[in-house]
Amino acid sequence: MPEAAYTPNEIMTIEAARRLKNGTVCFVGIGMPSAAANLARLTHAPEVVLIYESGTIGAKPDVLPLSIGDGELAEYADTVVSVPEIFRYWLQGGRVDVGFLGAAQVDKFGNINTTVIGGDYAKPKVRLPGAGGAPEIASNARETWIIIKQTKRSFVAKLDFLTSVGHLDGGDSRAKSGARGAGPTAVITDLGVLAPDPVTRELTLVAIHPGIGVDQVKASTGWDLKIAPQLAHTVAPTEAELETLRDLHARTNKAHGSAAATE
Amino acid sequence: MPLADAVARHVKDGQTIAMEGFTHLIPFAAGHEVIRQARRGLTLVRMTPDIVYDQMIGMGCASTVVFSWGGNPGVGSIHRFRDAIENGWPAPLAIQEHSHADMAGRYQAGASGLPFSVLRGYVGSDLPKHNANIRSITCPFTGEKLAATPALNPDVTVIHAQKADRQGNVLVTGIVGVQKEAVLAAKAAIVTVEEIVDRLDAPMNSCVLPHWVLSAVCEVPYGAHPSYAHGYYGRDNAFCKAWDSVSRDRDAFLAWMRRHVLGTKDHQGFLKSAGIAPLGKDAINA
Repeated sequence: MPEAAYTPNEIMTIEAARRLKNGTVCFVGIGMPSAAANLARLTHAPEVVLIYESGTIGAKPDVLPLSIGDGELAEYADTVVSVPEIFRYWLQGGRVDVGFLGAAQVDKFGNINTTVIGGDYAKPKVRLPGAGGAPEIASNARETWIIIKQTKRSFVAKLDFLTSVGHLDGGDSRAKSGARGAGPTAVITDLGVLAPDPVTRELTLVAIHPGIGVDQVKASTGWDLKIAPQLAHTVAPTEAELETLRDLHARTNKAHGSAAATE
Repeated sequence: MPLADAVARHVKDGQTIAMEGFTHLIPFAAGHEVIRQARRGLTLVRMTPDIVYDQMIGMGCASTVVFSWGGNPGVGSIHRFRDAIENGWPAPLAIQEHSHADMAGRYQAGASGLPFSVLRGYVGSDLPKHNANIRSITCPFTGEKLAATPALNPDVTVIHAQKADRQGNVLVTGIVGVQKEAVLAAKAAIVTVEEIVDRLDAPMNSCVLPHWVLSAVCEVPYGAHPSYAHGYYGRDNAFCKAWDSVSRDRDAFLAWMRRHVLGTKDHQGFLKSAGIAPLGKDAINA
């Protein structure tokens, strides 16, 4: 494959999609997680089970939803339940294998901020939408994956606000906190993949995308990023993966009337 | 009953009002009517405040918002909400912030006649530090520490649904969100519907709200625009995107609201004034 035949967003989405398996029950966040989860469903994992917090179970959207409650999700779902039911029986009840989240900020223990940036809580510099379903997805799913573009502004030494728990303060602090599940097991970015150290739980660079240098990843991280001794290299997107993803985005843009849903 | 009469009779200054809809069936027409009738000091409750709460906040109806995710889905921020929080315009706005699972549970507790809701929630989160209503309780059986929050019992819940029969029984289909819980938790409930029909023909086990739990049922076609009504019309994504620029600027926002909401007497007048041609049934997925 020639150099730069794909965008950073595309390899991030494709690398995330590859991790989903047939039969995995995935609670899907809107935006990039939704793109990756549906790419998996349309390629190697047609039997992946996608759950959205709007109450759609086994959703099979033909185009990506612009909002978490688009009719597209309900139309082709196995069943549609109420919002209290989706959180109580299906998430809190322990039916979810993977909680798949986006974030505005992530710290070295995979804790997430989607609430405020800068200033303080009462007078923030930027007011973000808030928690949504994430605090309970992050603390009730068997494991969590995070998909996020890697920059010094998004990978921070200290979060401006801890919205949803990752490995908390590292070590066994998550296990002691009462959170269930393994927490973040993978953070997939446009530069590579991070995973928690088995003991300290600090996010460590374990794989790097083609053409990306370790220095570049370190320079895009707000803490002194540790590198796994055996750094893996992800595989460049195949033509089939790219074609399916681009078709999905093209259908989505056509349906929504612009490029708004590609993020 | 005309929507204006239902709002005049049931929605009063200073009340706690929930206008629910989980990105589907959002009661826009009812929100506009509350703006026309210039209600003030409302505590607005909703899991996902979006454009209609943005409009109500910007027009000065709200003093507090209780919520779990605030934004214009797929587009970005709701600018009047942010301006109120960040700059106190047009008036200071207090917020009580929760998570979705918790808000849903709070409505369930309210509908169930319980004083509080319990959940496995907020572990490690900073949210409880900023919301005194998020506390904890120890399970009397296992000793586990769990999150506890007070039941939600709005003075009035307002929802939009597909149809009602002539007796006023209401059928909600598609993504039903938290509407049943929000209605049953409330002291009064107003429902706007796309149409009133002779027979509901509701499938067994579907979400039906009997007439005797509702205070008013009003026929308001396209009453959920720019959100969608499954089986009737699709989401008006172009409107939602256009709202982003209208709402960024205080003067542009006020001019738009004065012209299309305050300057019209009902929802049909609004649709005509704003040049909105709702999308047909075949646009259901748009």
